[in-house]
Amino acid sequence: MNLDRLRSERWLLRAIGGILAAFLLLPLVALFAMTTWSAFDVGIHFALVLPALRLSLKTTMLSLTIVLVLGTPLSWVLGRASGRLVKAFETAVQLPIVIPPAVAGVALLLAFGRRGMLTGHLYPSSWVAAFSSAAVVMAEVFVSAPFYIQAATSAFRRIDPRLIVVARSFGATPLRIFFSVAIPLSAPGLLAGAAMSWARALGEFGATLMFAGNLEGKTQTLPLAIYTALEVDVRAAQAISIVLVVVAFALLLCVRALLAQASRNLEVRP
Amino acid sequence: MQPNHETLAVLKFGRSGLDRFGASRLWLAHRACVFFGLLTLVACKQSKVAPESRAQTATSEDKLVVFAAASLRAPFTALAENFKQSHAGVTLTFSFAGTQELRTQLEQGADADVFASADQRHMSELEKSGYVSGPVLFARNEPVLVVAKESAAIVHGLSDLPAVKRVIVGEPEVPIGRYTLQILDRASTLYGADFRARVEVKIVSRELNVRQVFSKVSLGEADAGFVYRTDAQGAENQVKVLTIPPAINVIAEYPIAVVAKAKHPMLARGWVTLLLGKDGQEALNHAGFLAPSGSGDRP
Repeated sequence: MNLDRLRSERWLLRAIGGILAAFLLLPLVALFAMTTWSAFDVGIHFALVLPALRLSLKTTMLSLTIVLVLGTPLSWVLGRASGRLVKAFETAVQLPIVIPPAVAGVALLLAFGRRGMLTGHLYPSSWVAAFSSAAVVMAEVFVSAPFYIQAATSAFRRIDPRLIVVARSFGATPLRIFFSVAIPLSAPGLLAGAAMSWARALGEFGATLMFAGNLEGKTQTLPLAIYTALEVDVRAAQAISIVLVVVAFALLLCVRALLAQASRNLEVRP
Repeated sequence: MQPNHETLAVLKFGRSGLDRFGASRLWLAHRACVFFGLLTLVACKQSKVAPESRAQTATSEDKLVVFAAASLRAPFTALAENFKQSHAGVTLTFSFAGTQELRTQLEQGADADVFASADQRHMSELEKSGYVSGPVLFARNEPVLVVAKESAAIVHGLSDLPAVKRVIVGEPEVPIGRYTLQILDRASTLYGADFRARVEVKIVSRELNVRQVFSKVSLGEADAGFVYRTDAQGAENQVKVLTIPPAINVIAEYPIAVVAKAKHPMLARGWVTLLLGKDGQEALNHAGFLAPSGSGDRP
């Protein structure tokens, strides 16, 4: 095999990949390029921006915490278990990914709304979360948890089962195995899943609008503020979108750095 | 317990079992790819028919693209049959969405022939910047108060609105939200100066379109909300519909105009004529719209 051919094949792959990369990046570049500094300044001082940004950060951090605390044990159980029933169950908890978000909002209302399936039986109707910040968090958990569960389950599956057997033979209890073997070994996978899940929660729009409504400072997250601004002024919507993209990019970069750190630690240990 | 050197060695050399597992997965994935590939092929073949027939009669107008406010869906689709009978061989395409979205699409060069707006303001902005010409009023729509079944017993009219727990309105920038605020202001002259404030503390959400206001009241999540008569039309078994006193109501006006760069201006004018004629007005009336001229305040 001559060197030229190797090089040209490498460039062919790069060119093909470049098409998709350009397609994904161009709209984001346009978001920045097609604005002027003064228009951005006007947009950023739009009254909705700050309360929405604060609410978005608060609710997504809370929803991420819930997803991590409850999702990690669930993923561990799913990753360890086998059998057809478990497979079906695993697929079922992935379903919120394919459900259109507005439909997810309707489903949340039908389950937990004022006329919801469980309302009045399991808890009094005065507990109903609809139209509150709690509803925002619920919507975010609903749409974002599957991304984490998927990543975490496959991360746990990659752990060699013999490692667990060894740990158990040394007398480690299930909780000890979970915290001291499973989680450290799959840390990069868990972190990547958490980042995906958080990003999905930050961009969440449809289910929130349906289940939590749109009230400034209470349920109006950044994506809802963008949509509301669109009714007033496209430039304002563009400015808020830029804020959202920048915030998301910064936080995902942080996660990337953490991820690199974690996998380096893992490599060094043996 | 921490994994030590030995356990990690097990991890490193224990790959062969995984390979067999991976191979069967690969086979499955391969099968799935073939299946979806075939599916795509079939789908492509079927969709190929349309462009050819279009090319044959490209010179005369055979297509009409109508952009219309979401509230016009029922009467417009009903009138489509009517239009096709008088214009044989014409393909009608509708795009129903919020007036604001349609306006943005038109400004970005969307391929439409005629635009029906639920709001005068957006239409006059479009006219000012030359995207449409000569809008005419073809219908009006009256805001009403809808009340969820649970609250039907305590709300008998607009004046009872402060008695409920959750009121839902449109965002002030969408037409229904703007009209709602005007109605509340005017109601203050009838029901006391603090009426608007007493209602506003009960507002739990400002929705981005009128359908969301309606669906939340019909689902019982909100007690009451302001929507158009046409939204409540035919849904009397889901919600209680209360008329707002005409003296304080604000009637929405629906203008229609031919798009300046329309590819099919003749058919577009034909659609406007149909709407203003007897059949068009009957269909609109059936859906709950008011005739374009009549009494009632302009927003």
